[in-house]
Amino acid sequence: MLLSRRGLAAFSSSSVKMASHGHGDVTEQGDMSVPMYWDRLDTPLPDKPYQDTLSDADKSLKQKEKGPWNHLSKEEKLALYRMTFKESFAEMKKPTGEWKTVVGGIFFFIGFTGLVVLWQRYYVYPPHPRTLDDEWKAKQVKRMLDMRMNPVEGFSAKWDYEKGQWK
Amino acid sequence: MISAAVLRAVASLTRARAAHTAPLAVRCFSHAKVETDEEFDSRWVTYFSKPDLDAWELRKGMNTLIGYDLVPEPKILASALRACRRLDDLASAIRILEAVKDKSGPHQEIYPYVIQELGPTLQELGISTPEELGIHTV
Repeated sequence: MLLSRRGLAAFSSSSVKMASHGHGDVTEQGDMSVPMYWDRLDTPLPDKPYQDTLSDADKSLKQKEKGPWNHLSKEEKLALYRMTFKESFAEMKKPTGEWKTVVGGIFFFIGFTGLVVLWQRYYVYPPHPRTLDDEWKAKQVKRMLDMRMNPVEGFSAKWDYEKGQWK
Repeated sequence: MISAAVLRAVASLTRARAAHTAPLAVRCFSHAKVETDEEFDSRWVTYFSKPDLDAWELRKGMNTLIGYDLVPEPKILASALRACRRLDDLASAIRILEAVKDKSGPHQEIYPYVIQELGPTLQELGISTPEELGIHTV
Protein backbone atom coordinates (compact mmCIF):
# COMPACT_ATOMS: atom_id res chain seq x y z
CA MET A 1 0.00 0.00 0.00
CA LEU A 2 2.84 2.34 0.92
CA LEU A 3 4.63 1.41 -2.31
CA SER A 4 1.62 2.27 -4.43
CA ARG A 5 1.07 5.55 -2.64
CA ARG A 6 4.71 6.50 -3.16
CA GLY A 7 4.30 5.39 -6.72
CA LEU A 8 1.26 7.62 -7.14
CA ALA A 9 3.12 10.55 -5.61
CA ALA A 10 6.00 10.10 -8.01
CA PHE A 11 3.63 10.05 -10.98
CA SER A 12 1.83 13.23 -10.08
CA SER A 13 4.98 14.78 -8.62
CA SER A 14 3.17 15.93 -5.54
CA SER A 15 4.07 15.04 -2.01
CA VAL A 16 1.50 15.96 0.54
CA LYS A 17 3.66 16.39 3.64
CA MET A 18 5.32 13.01 3.16
CA ALA A 19 8.62 12.51 4.90
CA SER A 20 10.47 11.25 1.87
CA HIS A 21 13.89 11.10 3.45
CA GLY A 22 13.55 7.62 4.86
CA HIS A 23 13.30 8.08 8.59
CA GLY A 24 10.44 5.79 9.46
CA ASP A 25 8.33 6.76 6.39
CA VAL A 26 5.85 8.59 8.58
CA THR A 27 3.03 9.97 6.45
CA GLU A 28 1.34 12.75 8.32
CA GLN A 29 -1.77 13.66 6.37
CA GLY A 30 -2.67 17.23 7.19
CA ASP A 31 -6.22 18.37 7.70
CA MET A 32 -7.71 18.26 4.19
CA SER A 33 -10.45 20.75 4.99
CA VAL A 34 -8.02 23.68 5.06
CA PRO A 35 -5.68 24.91 2.29
CA MET A 36 -2.87 22.42 1.84
CA TYR A 37 0.70 22.63 0.69
CA TRP A 38 1.95 20.55 -2.19
CA ASP A 39 4.88 20.46 -4.54
CA ARG A 40 3.58 20.16 -8.08
CA LEU A 41 5.22 21.16 -11.33
CA ASP A 42 1.92 22.45 -12.69
CA THR A 43 1.02 24.39 -9.54
CA PRO A 44 4.12 26.43 -8.78
CA LEU A 45 2.47 28.48 -6.03
CA PRO A 46 0.59 26.21 -3.61
CA ASP A 47 -2.30 27.34 -1.43
CA LYS A 48 -0.17 27.97 1.60
CA PRO A 49 3.51 28.35 2.47
CA TYR A 50 5.38 25.27 3.59
CA GLN A 51 6.46 26.38 7.03
CA ASP A 52 3.56 27.16 9.32
CA THR A 53 5.36 28.17 12.42
CA LEU A 54 8.32 30.48 12.05
CA SER A 55 11.10 30.84 14.55
CA ASP A 56 12.02 34.31 15.73
CA ALA A 57 14.97 34.41 13.36
CA ASP A 58 12.64 33.48 10.50
CA LYS A 59 10.17 36.14 11.54
CA SER A 60 12.82 38.83 11.56
CA LEU A 61 13.96 37.65 8.15
CA LYS A 62 10.39 37.98 6.93
CA GLN A 63 10.43 41.57 8.19
CA LYS A 64 13.66 42.18 6.29
CA GLU A 65 11.95 40.81 3.19
CA LYS A 66 9.64 43.81 3.24
CA GLY A 67 12.62 46.03 2.47
CA PRO A 68 14.69 46.06 -0.72
CA TRP A 69 15.67 42.54 -1.73
CA ASN A 70 19.07 43.74 -2.86
CA HIS A 71 19.97 43.96 0.83
CA LEU A 72 19.43 40.23 1.36
CA SER A 73 22.34 37.84 1.17
CA LYS A 74 22.15 34.65 -0.90
CA GLU A 75 21.74 32.57 2.25
CA GLU A 76 18.88 34.74 3.43
CA LYS A 77 17.14 34.48 0.06
CA LEU A 78 17.59 30.72 0.16
CA ALA A 79 16.19 30.61 3.70
CA LEU A 80 13.14 32.60 2.58
CA TYR A 81 12.64 30.19 -0.32
CA ARG A 82 12.84 27.15 1.94
CA MET A 83 10.38 28.71 4.37
CA THR A 84 7.77 28.95 1.65
CA PHE A 85 8.56 25.85 -0.38
CA LYS A 86 9.58 22.35 0.56
CA GLU A 87 11.16 21.02 -2.63
CA SER A 88 12.64 23.05 -5.45
CA PHE A 89 11.67 22.15 -9.00
CA ALA A 90 14.93 20.30 -9.46
CA GLU A 91 14.22 18.22 -6.36
CA MET A 92 10.66 17.52 -7.53
CA LYS A 93 11.91 16.31 -10.89
CA LYS A 94 14.73 14.17 -9.65
CA PRO A 95 14.50 10.54 -10.77
CA THR A 96 13.26 8.14 -8.11
CA GLY A 97 14.64 4.88 -9.39
CA GLU A 98 11.16 3.47 -9.07
CA TRP A 99 11.54 1.81 -12.44
CA LYS A 100 14.02 -0.62 -10.91
CA THR A 101 11.38 -1.75 -8.42
CA VAL A 102 8.84 -2.12 -11.21
CA VAL A 103 11.10 -4.10 -13.55
CA GLY A 104 12.36 -6.21 -10.68
CA GLY A 105 8.82 -6.94 -9.62
CA ILE A 106 7.87 -7.91 -13.16
CA PHE A 107 10.74 -10.37 -13.43
CA PHE A 108 10.01 -11.76 -9.98
CA PHE A 109 6.39 -12.48 -10.77
CA ILE A 110 7.21 -13.91 -14.19
CA GLY A 111 9.68 -16.21 -12.45
CA PHE A 112 7.12 -17.19 -9.87
CA THR A 113 4.63 -17.92 -12.63
CA GLY A 114 7.24 -20.12 -14.27
CA LEU A 115 7.53 -22.14 -11.08
CA VAL A 116 3.77 -22.51 -10.90
CA VAL A 117 3.67 -23.75 -14.51
CA LEU A 118 6.47 -26.21 -13.78
CA TRP A 119 4.60 -27.57 -10.79
CA GLN A 120 1.51 -27.94 -12.97
CA ARG A 121 3.52 -29.91 -15.52
CA TYR A 122 4.30 -32.56 -12.88
CA TYR A 123 1.19 -32.51 -10.69
CA VAL A 124 -1.70 -31.36 -12.84
CA TYR A 125 -1.18 -32.46 -16.45
CA PRO A 126 -2.91 -35.71 -17.44
CA PRO A 127 -0.77 -38.68 -18.62
CA HIS A 128 1.20 -38.14 -21.84
CA PRO A 129 -0.98 -39.11 -24.85
CA ARG A 130 0.55 -41.92 -26.91
CA THR A 131 -0.45 -40.21 -30.11
CA LEU A 132 2.31 -37.65 -29.54
CA ASP A 133 5.11 -40.22 -29.45
CA ASP A 134 7.55 -39.98 -32.36
CA GLU A 135 6.95 -43.62 -33.28
CA TRP A 136 3.19 -43.14 -33.44
CA LYS A 137 3.59 -39.92 -35.44
CA ALA A 138 5.86 -41.61 -37.98
CA LYS A 139 3.30 -44.37 -38.50
CA GLN A 140 0.62 -41.70 -38.80
CA VAL A 141 2.50 -39.86 -41.52
CA LYS A 142 3.05 -43.13 -43.43
CA ARG A 143 -0.65 -43.90 -43.24
CA MET A 144 -1.52 -40.42 -44.52
CA LEU A 145 0.84 -40.81 -47.45
CA ASP A 146 -0.46 -44.30 -48.23
CA MET A 147 -3.98 -42.87 -48.28
CA ARG A 148 -2.75 -40.17 -50.66
CA MET A 149 -4.17 -37.38 -48.44
CA ASN A 150 -4.34 -34.04 -50.29
CA PRO A 151 -2.33 -35.31 -53.29
CA VAL A 152 -2.79 -32.28 -55.53
CA GLU A 153 -1.55 -29.32 -53.54
CA GLY A 154 -1.46 -30.43 -49.91
CA PHE A 155 0.24 -33.10 -47.84
CA SER A 156 0.92 -35.97 -50.25
CA ALA A 157 1.79 -33.58 -53.04
CA LYS A 158 4.97 -32.81 -51.15
CA TRP A 159 6.06 -36.46 -51.02
CA ASP A 160 8.02 -37.89 -53.90
CA TYR A 161 6.53 -41.38 -54.28
CA GLU A 162 9.21 -42.54 -56.72
CA LYS A 163 12.17 -41.68 -54.59
CA GLY A 164 10.45 -42.29 -51.25
CA GLN A 165 11.39 -38.95 -49.74
CA TRP A 166 10.07 -35.47 -49.25
CA LYS A 167 10.34 -33.22 -52.28
CA MET B 1 -27.15 15.28 -52.77
CA ILE B 2 -30.18 17.35 -51.83
CA SER B 3 -31.44 19.53 -54.65
CA ALA B 4 -31.61 23.28 -54.21
CA ALA B 5 -35.36 23.28 -54.59
CA VAL B 6 -35.80 20.88 -51.71
CA LEU B 7 -33.45 22.98 -49.63
CA ARG B 8 -35.49 26.10 -50.29
CA ALA B 9 -38.64 24.25 -49.42
CA VAL B 10 -37.13 23.09 -46.17
CA ALA B 11 -36.00 26.65 -45.44
CA SER B 12 -39.49 28.08 -45.89
CA LEU B 13 -41.04 25.34 -43.78
CA THR B 14 -38.63 25.46 -40.87
CA ARG B 15 -37.61 29.14 -41.10
CA ALA B 16 -34.04 28.06 -40.66
CA ARG B 17 -31.28 30.65 -40.74
CA ALA B 18 -29.66 31.24 -44.10
CA ALA B 19 -26.36 29.81 -42.95
CA HIS B 20 -27.89 26.37 -42.37
CA THR B 21 -29.47 26.12 -45.79
CA ALA B 22 -26.58 27.65 -47.68
CA PRO B 23 -24.99 25.57 -50.44
CA LEU B 24 -23.15 22.58 -49.04
CA ALA B 25 -19.74 24.05 -49.90
CA VAL B 26 -19.79 26.33 -46.82
CA ARG B 27 -17.91 24.90 -43.82
CA CYS B 28 -19.32 25.25 -40.34
CA PHE B 29 -16.31 26.62 -38.44
CA SER B 30 -16.92 28.47 -35.21
CA HIS B 31 -17.41 32.20 -35.62
CA ALA B 32 -15.97 32.94 -32.17
CA LYS B 33 -13.42 35.72 -32.07
CA VAL B 34 -9.90 34.39 -31.59
CA GLU B 35 -7.73 36.37 -29.20
CA THR B 36 -4.44 37.50 -30.72
CA ASP B 37 -1.14 36.90 -28.94
CA GLU B 38 -0.80 40.59 -28.16
CA GLU B 39 -4.26 40.71 -26.61
CA PHE B 40 -3.45 37.65 -24.51
CA ASP B 41 -0.17 39.18 -23.33
CA SER B 42 -1.64 42.55 -22.47
CA ARG B 43 -4.55 40.95 -20.66
CA TRP B 44 -2.16 39.08 -18.40
CA VAL B 45 0.17 42.06 -17.92
CA THR B 46 -2.85 44.06 -16.79
CA TYR B 47 -3.92 41.25 -14.45
CA PHE B 48 -0.64 41.24 -12.57
CA SER B 49 -0.34 45.04 -12.65
CA LYS B 50 -3.35 45.52 -10.41
CA PRO B 51 -1.96 47.66 -7.57
CA ASP B 52 -3.90 45.91 -4.80
CA LEU B 53 -3.48 42.39 -6.17
CA ASP B 54 -3.63 40.04 -3.21
CA ALA B 55 -1.65 36.89 -2.58
CA TRP B 56 -4.48 34.60 -3.63
CA GLU B 57 -4.89 36.41 -6.94
CA LEU B 58 -1.17 36.18 -7.58
CA ARG B 59 -1.19 32.42 -6.91
CA LYS B 60 -4.33 31.89 -8.96
CA GLY B 61 -2.97 33.92 -11.85
CA MET B 62 0.39 32.18 -11.87
CA ASN B 63 -1.04 28.68 -11.55
CA THR B 64 -3.54 29.37 -14.35
CA LEU B 65 -0.85 30.86 -16.57
CA ILE B 66 1.42 27.88 -16.03
CA GLY B 67 -1.50 25.63 -16.90
CA TYR B 68 -1.62 27.00 -20.45
CA ASP B 69 0.26 25.34 -23.27
CA LEU B 70 2.77 28.16 -23.65
CA VAL B 71 5.73 29.85 -21.99
CA PRO B 72 4.65 33.30 -20.78
CA GLU B 73 6.25 36.31 -22.41
CA PRO B 74 8.90 38.13 -20.38
CA LYS B 75 6.65 41.15 -20.04
CA ILE B 76 3.97 39.09 -18.32
CA LEU B 77 6.59 37.60 -16.03
CA ALA B 78 7.99 41.05 -15.25
CA SER B 79 4.53 42.16 -14.23
CA ALA B 80 4.14 39.06 -12.06
CA LEU B 81 7.53 39.59 -10.42
CA ARG B 82 6.59 43.17 -9.60
CA ALA B 83 3.40 41.85 -8.04
CA CYS B 84 5.55 39.57 -5.89
CA ARG B 85 7.52 42.64 -4.85
CA ARG B 86 4.35 44.46 -3.85
CA LEU B 87 3.39 41.43 -1.77
CA ASP B 88 6.91 41.15 -0.23
CA ASP B 89 7.22 37.57 -1.51
CA LEU B 90 10.71 36.82 -2.78
CA ALA B 91 10.23 33.05 -2.61
CA SER B 92 7.33 33.15 -5.07
CA ALA B 93 9.37 35.28 -7.44
CA ILE B 94 12.11 32.67 -7.53
CA ARG B 95 9.49 29.92 -7.89
CA ILE B 96 8.06 31.69 -10.93
CA LEU B 97 11.45 31.61 -12.62
CA GLU B 98 11.77 27.90 -11.86
CA ALA B 99 8.34 27.30 -13.33
CA VAL B 100 9.28 29.11 -16.55
CA LYS B 101 12.31 26.91 -16.96
CA ASP B 102 10.18 23.84 -16.43
CA LYS B 103 7.53 25.03 -18.90
CA SER B 104 10.15 25.37 -21.63
CA GLY B 105 10.51 21.61 -21.59
CA PRO B 106 13.04 20.39 -24.12
CA HIS B 107 13.50 23.85 -25.69
CA GLN B 108 16.54 24.88 -23.72
CA GLU B 109 17.02 28.20 -25.45
CA ILE B 110 13.83 29.73 -24.02
CA TYR B 111 14.85 30.07 -20.38
CA PRO B 112 18.16 31.90 -20.97
CA TYR B 113 16.30 34.25 -23.32
CA VAL B 114 13.67 34.99 -20.69
CA ILE B 115 16.31 35.59 -18.01
CA GLN B 116 18.14 37.87 -20.40
CA GLU B 117 14.99 39.86 -21.12
CA LEU B 118 14.11 40.04 -17.42
CA GLY B 119 17.67 41.09 -16.50
CA PRO B 120 16.86 44.73 -15.74
CA THR B 121 13.77 43.78 -13.73
CA LEU B 122 15.65 41.15 -11.73
CA GLN B 123 18.43 43.64 -11.02
CA GLU B 124 16.04 46.37 -10.01
CA LEU B 125 13.98 44.20 -7.67
CA GLY B 126 16.96 42.25 -6.37
CA ILE B 127 15.59 38.83 -7.34
CA SER B 128 18.20 36.09 -7.59
CA THR B 129 17.74 33.41 -10.20
CA PRO B 130 17.53 29.77 -9.08
CA GLU B 131 20.97 29.26 -10.64
CA GLU B 132 22.48 31.98 -8.46
CA LEU B 133 21.04 30.33 -5.36
CA GLY B 134 22.10 26.86 -6.43
CA ILE B 135 18.64 25.31 -6.40
CA HIS B 136 18.61 24.61 -10.14
CA THR B 137 20.13 21.21 -9.48
CA VAL B 138 19.60 18.68 -6.74
